[in-house]
Amino acid sequence: MVHLTIIPKEDEIRDGLDIPLTGALKAVHLQLANDEDRFTTSVYGSKFAAADLPRHEMPDEEMPKEVAYRMIKDELSLDGNPLLNLASFVTTYMEEEAEKLMTESLPKNFIDYEEYPQTADIQNRCVSMIGRLFNAPVKDAEASSAVGTSSVGSSEAIMLGVLAMKKRWKNKRIAEGKPADKPNLIMSSAVQVCWEKATRYFEVEEKFVYCTPDRYVIDPKETVDLVDENTIGICCILGTTYTGEYEDVKAVNDLLVERGLDTPIHVDAASGGFVAPFVVPDLEWDFRLKNVVSINVSGHKYGLVYPGVGWVVWRSAEYLPQELVFNINYLGADQASFTLNFSKGASQVIGQYYQLIRLGKHGYRAIMSNLTRTADYLAESLAALGFIIMSQKSGQGLPLVAFRLKEDPDRTYDEFALAHQLRVRGWIVPAYTMAPKTEGLKMLRIVVREDFSRNRCDGLISDIRSCQGILEQMDKETVKKQQEFIHKHHVVSGKASHNHPKYHKEKHSLQGKTGKTHSIC
Amino acid sequence: MSLSRHVDPEEIIHHLKDIKLQEKGSGSQRQNHLTPYNSSYASQEDIPKYKIPENGTPGDTVYAMLRDELDLDGRPNLNMASFVNTYIEKDAQKLFVENLGKNLSDNDEYPAMISFSDRCVSILAHLWGVQKGEKAIGTATVGSSEAVHLGGLAMKRRWQEKRRAEGKDAYKPNIIMGANAQVALEKFARYFDVEARILPVSAQSNYCLDPALVKENLDENTIGVFVILGSTYTGHYEPVEEIHKILDDFESQTGIDIPIHVDAASGGFVAPFTYAKTGGHKWNFELPRVKSINVSGHKYGLVTPGVGWIVWRDESFLPKHLIFELHYLGGTEYSYTLNFSRPGAQVIVQYYNLIHLGFQGYRAVVENCLSNARLLSKALEATGWYTCVSDIHRPPQKQAGSVKSGSSGYDGENDQSCCSESQNDDQKAESEESKTHASSSSLSSSKDTPETDRNREETSADYTPGLPVVSFRFTDEFQQEYPHVKQETVSLLMRARQWIIPNYALPPNEDQTEILRVVIRESFSFDLIDRLVTDLVSVTETLMENDEVDLSLLQQHQGGRRRPLTKDEKRIEKEEREREERKGEERGEEKGKRMGEGIHRSVC
Repeated sequence: MVHLTIIPKEDEIRDGLDIPLTGALKAVHLQLANDEDRFTTSVYGSKFAAADLPRHEMPDEEMPKEVAYRMIKDELSLDGNPLLNLASFVTTYMEEEAEKLMTESLPKNFIDYEEYPQTADIQNRCVSMIGRLFNAPVKDAEASSAVGTSSVGSSEAIMLGVLAMKKRWKNKRIAEGKPADKPNLIMSSAVQVCWEKATRYFEVEEKFVYCTPDRYVIDPKETVDLVDENTIGICCILGTTYTGEYEDVKAVNDLLVERGLDTPIHVDAASGGFVAPFVVPDLEWDFRLKNVVSINVSGHKYGLVYPGVGWVVWRSAEYLPQELVFNINYLGADQASFTLNFSKGASQVIGQYYQLIRLGKHGYRAIMSNLTRTADYLAESLAALGFIIMSQKSGQGLPLVAFRLKEDPDRTYDEFALAHQLRVRGWIVPAYTMAPKTEGLKMLRIVVREDFSRNRCDGLISDIRSCQGILEQMDKETVKKQQEFIHKHHVVSGKASHNHPKYHKEKHSLQGKTGKTHSIC
Repeated sequence: MSLSRHVDPEEIIHHLKDIKLQEKGSGSQRQNHLTPYNSSYASQEDIPKYKIPENGTPGDTVYAMLRDELDLDGRPNLNMASFVNTYIEKDAQKLFVENLGKNLSDNDEYPAMISFSDRCVSILAHLWGVQKGEKAIGTATVGSSEAVHLGGLAMKRRWQEKRRAEGKDAYKPNIIMGANAQVALEKFARYFDVEARILPVSAQSNYCLDPALVKENLDENTIGVFVILGSTYTGHYEPVEEIHKILDDFESQTGIDIPIHVDAASGGFVAPFTYAKTGGHKWNFELPRVKSINVSGHKYGLVTPGVGWIVWRDESFLPKHLIFELHYLGGTEYSYTLNFSRPGAQVIVQYYNLIHLGFQGYRAVVENCLSNARLLSKALEATGWYTCVSDIHRPPQKQAGSVKSGSSGYDGENDQSCCSESQNDDQKAESEESKTHASSSSLSSSKDTPETDRNREETSADYTPGLPVVSFRFTDEFQQEYPHVKQETVSLLMRARQWIIPNYALPPNEDQTEILRVVIRESFSFDLIDRLVTDLVSVTETLMENDEVDLSLLQQHQGGRRRPLTKDEKRIEKEEREREERKGEERGEEKGKRMGEGIHRSVC
């Protein structure tokens, strides 16, 4: 999370330590070296190693670069091990050649089209490839071509999609002489938080299709029933973050067509966009469906690029109102841009192009097939351990496994306790409370990424088994204590200092209202 | 980022097939992988451009292909058009690469990285004079655009809440900014349904937001004023304190409290460090109306692209309604951003820079930039052909007049003869300096000869404060003497020598004046200035020596390097142009005045 930070006041600043230790130290006469000024020994012999790093105010004096590097690197070793993080979809592995390319492109500013024309061209190629992957209409000579752009991630892509839908609806309403002040957007209650953000920040009313204890995706009929004249669009998720299930875009589309409605559909394919076309190419969810007007996908999830790239494609320029597009005149060339961010790094786009042509359809299919196999294997093993599997198997959803414990009145622990216990072994397996109106259903989720091989999968299964064993021997009280201890000492967010009293327990979001926890993506 | 269109590849591929010597795949290249170039892409097959290829290619081949193709991009360091930093130290780069895969939104997984982000916000808030007793709050962003959107959105929401609490309507918000505003500021207004009151600039207002006009445009629906610290056109700081006073007066007359957001995208890392500061005026949280400030880490924060910052002076200025709380394994997160998953390496490098350079280190960097910018300005004016629209090489105006009269600065110097030497100019600067020496620091006291003038004795405090930007144009004499020489051609010919120096019109109502703009960055040292001046002089001389007929050829070449358009693209382009023209005619608009339609001229 790029989160809000409180700036500590004078009296809140302590010297790095939460508990003052210095008073407790005995005053021993020490003969310590005192060459304080220059750095001649190794990094750890310098005066900087004996002092705290500046935290709140900029230091007056410089620090040698080797020291700054080492100090920061050492501190970063406290970050988790990405390989053991089974909570996130975000890519943690890329080939060395790709890393080299990305490093070489670090200083390139992506927005600077005139200076880096080749980088801009590479973006266009990626858009074209991804558009075609989603079956953007290219055969029809009459229709204007599909358009698309890169973004920092799916959040930006979704905001752009919502803005376009809103503006298009507004223009239409105003042309018809009708009021245009109460737009609404229909979405599943399992949406990622950025959908809530988009509607909040752009002042669109959110209409939820709630999940039920046995249905974790939207119900097409219920969705279409919600459509009214103020509906700017419908959001369908290709791979919900909870269970990875694909929502039935085709059914929604067909119902709309049947009722003669032209409500646009935006498909949030953040994770699924790079999985479904390779694993289940026959599934119709993309521009093959008439009402799907825009699709977003994260390059940094199953697009296999490091964080910082997403894509959004519109069926045709008609769905992207002109007044949202800004032109920047630069050295005689008008540059059209539709983005919330401006200057940003170019590396990720280059990384995306590298992956697309390096792997080809064949390579992506090979990787996605392996992931699907691993996920199926993991699901079967967990079912054998007595868990209830909530996610779909065999490519009917994302390669992830969502599961929960069997109902058992004698059980002393819940999913959250198991998640905490696994944390001690180093695995990050998150537990969530499901979307609202599912009666507080709790679940665990394991995301199978490119670097999660069968071997590591076996390691995880045996650790889950042993953690369960430990928990089963405890009574309720001990489980609670144990969980608190782990939360305090093993889990980072338990120690977080940036939690803010003013914004605590907000009541305006789905989470605030219903206790749904947002799954990480 | 440019919106792109699907290009129909049929035609191109068809064309390629005609010239192909051999059927693809007939050779044994696919198997024989001796060097990266030993693949069928080397000579027989085009690299996939529009469709994802069916089969993959070894990593080293793809690396070599892409690296070679990227050679066609410009050289970042010779790009004088951009504020965006292009150099980071080796150690910073090492940190960057090691952390390339880290996601800044994953708080639970990367706590150390997140704590760096917290520290950076804290350091910035202190740097900008956060006041005692206030709980400042801030966040990292992808760049200043996101930061400006967040700052604007918070102002809009505060205004809405206030209006609703008063039982008044909240449908017609407006925001005030100068016509020199960067595109992000106008985008905010467009995307978040706020009326943008874009005020024209004038020479008197230094081509910046004009306080007199601000006064006329205030009303009860004004959600705030965007004040830019460091106009991207000329590098002038907008008079935050003066606008602050106008808003104070407005409040005492009407009781309406209007906040300020300072867009210090470039200036936030310049003004605090320079000896000049902002010329004795306040601009930061010392002014109570300044509720939020944003800065780009990737400009004078000396990080590579992808990081910006925004700080609010107190949490009460950030409406609760905008914040989302996320629970994760029992931990809690507060989020107010437009982006979610995004790289965190830039934040690490920002922290590296802050503690590695320290205050003195940053000061040394920006003072060097400013000194180089002054050198370039003086050299340009010494030619007699050019005059600077930027003011950083001129002594500061006396405190008497609060708004400095921009025109007097350069018009007076147009009298210089064409062939005056640079020494001449130095003496001139010297004499001017001694006249208005009142506010300078002790460092710049002893100067005997013009030579010592360059010997690091002076600091930015002896000059008008501003960004290290040099905006210049032909002198009026030059234009009279060589009316056929177009400034645009200078930009074009410099490009042939790899320099990128954009030429564009100033914002309305000064858009009849065109400027060439050079941004001096950390990596643009004395030696390169020397080369730049030499090249500029020789380019200008070439232009002076050629007559109209010869030069008219050059005009056709505009637009720099572009790939030839395919037939399909040409058709689309033509259609679009026609459509545009038709539209323009329907609305009866004159061409050229396109700012209101979202045509922005400056890049930052």
